[in-house]
Amino acid sequence: MSSEPLRIGMVCPYAWDAPGGVRSHVADLAEELRARGHYVNILAPVDDPSLIAKGEVTNGGKSIAIPYNGSVARLNFGLRATRQVRKWIQEHDFDLVHVHEPMAPGLSLLTLWVADGPIVSTWHSSNPRSRVLASLNRVVQTAMEKVSGRIAVSEDARRTLVSHLGGDAVLIPNGVRVKAFQSTTRHPLVSMSVPSILFLGRLDESRKGLDVFLAALPQVIEAVPDVQVFIAGPGDVEDIRKNLDPQVDQNITFLGRISDEEKVQVLGSVDIYVAPNTGGESFGIVLIEAMAAGTAVLASDLPAFSRVLDGGVAGAMFVNEDSDDLAQQAVALLLDPQRRASLVAAGSQRVMRFDWDHVVDDVLAVYDSVTISGERVHEDLRGQIIGRLSTGIPGLR
Amino acid sequence: MNWYWFVIFGLLIAMFGWYLSSTAGRLDRLHRRIETATFALDSQLLRRSSIAIELSVAGVLDPASSEVLAETAHDARLATDSPMEVRIPIESALSEVLIQALDDPEEVGFLRQDSLTADLIDELEAAIRRVELSRQFLNDAVDACLRIRDNNLVHWFRLAGHTPLPQAWIMVDRMPEGLTYAGA
Repeated sequence: MSSEPLRIGMVCPYAWDAPGGVRSHVADLAEELRARGHYVNILAPVDDPSLIAKGEVTNGGKSIAIPYNGSVARLNFGLRATRQVRKWIQEHDFDLVHVHEPMAPGLSLLTLWVADGPIVSTWHSSNPRSRVLASLNRVVQTAMEKVSGRIAVSEDARRTLVSHLGGDAVLIPNGVRVKAFQSTTRHPLVSMSVPSILFLGRLDESRKGLDVFLAALPQVIEAVPDVQVFIAGPGDVEDIRKNLDPQVDQNITFLGRISDEEKVQVLGSVDIYVAPNTGGESFGIVLIEAMAAGTAVLASDLPAFSRVLDGGVAGAMFVNEDSDDLAQQAVALLLDPQRRASLVAAGSQRVMRFDWDHVVDDVLAVYDSVTISGERVHEDLRGQIIGRLSTGIPGLR
Repeated sequence: MNWYWFVIFGLLIAMFGWYLSSTAGRLDRLHRRIETATFALDSQLLRRSSIAIELSVAGVLDPASSEVLAETAHDARLATDSPMEVRIPIESALSEVLIQALDDPEEVGFLRQDSLTADLIDELEAAIRRVELSRQFLNDAVDACLRIRDNNLVHWFRLAGHTPLPQAWIMVDRMPEGLTYAGA
């Protein structure tokens, strides 16, 4: 309900070329905001500059892969990155800067360090044991104090931030473009006449829970011999195959890394989508995508998943890391088309709450609440020695 | 005494100076953040009371609600320049009246059938939501500032300058049950 178009700077700390939850959140949010007439420029690390849309994305430099929050993240930092952020702030004259995942050691944190003015920040992940947060050194704390409006995408992300920084955060869930997942094209490999089940996620990342799923398969196949199992996601397929019982392997189709388009198709074609994630998830975006695609969801009972599934109303749940329970629940669902249909119906209802249209209203409300006319984002000279000397002397401002 | 004692002593003094200067910088920034947040809250409250007045004279609410709403919204308008401790109870009273007047989602649904009224209700809803957010962001900043000011060094070295101790803005701002945001 903003009357005037805003100039918004958006910062994504993770490499723009690599797919990921935060990255697609930033891209979608920017697109929705542009559709409402706002100017949005995104600052992100870019590995291949030829792929980015000029004028929409600013290259924040090359990223390197470092372990962060139980996973490997492509981030960048350093003197050159800092200079890049400084230049970006100087050149754009933003009304507001929106920084994503501010604790990640990358462009987001640097932006908080370099910029001053109306700053909104979204916390995406929950990391209860972060060393950075635990010791929260002075520099990081100073940076965090510049955030005027805090958003958390989930209850867990909110708890993480509140327990370490105090105060509170506004809960605005991730947005999903519900319409984009209602594909009518069937995936060519998914047969309509036999029951099918899908796993989606990195094969080699243990918290995605592929091991839990694979351990459940012999029981599932015993009860439903013609079940089609699809496993999609990057990772070494042969590595997984060599440890598989050939009987089980027969029922599995490995799809490898799939495009967004193929993901929509396959989600819409299978009967059940399984999310056996064992932890580290603060928000189950894929669950919402599956519900939007009209697929019955079976997920581990992580608190984050339980909240998305409305405590089991919009999708079935099994005991986390319990392959036997997963198998029983999967078999029950595979053999009961009516129960699946009712889950799908509840899921399509549930998912509207996460539609971007609704989410962007909330985000704009936050923007309105931190901006006042005349106040813009500018460079914070206190970050530099000279700046500190000129503006930091107590009582001199 | 050796020369290096002087060096160490000098370094310690310098570090202490840096600590004081950066703390003063943090406080200064937080004071400005509080100022901005107060401005933002002020303009959202103003917007809310304006729309409430419009709604009260639109003739769509029952006469009792219209009358009370007109009065409290008008009081809120007049209290704009009053000090915080005068203004907060008045704005809270407006919130209470809105909560009471728009307590039934079904009835609000009926009101929405008229497109002009629907626009007005949407605007009111947006304003109430923004009041809620601005107030929370203001209080976050106040908390952060008080945590730093609750330090003897800040007091002894007057790092906060002459800025008075900020106060949290405590008032009723719940979304009325009849408005859709309440369920979200």
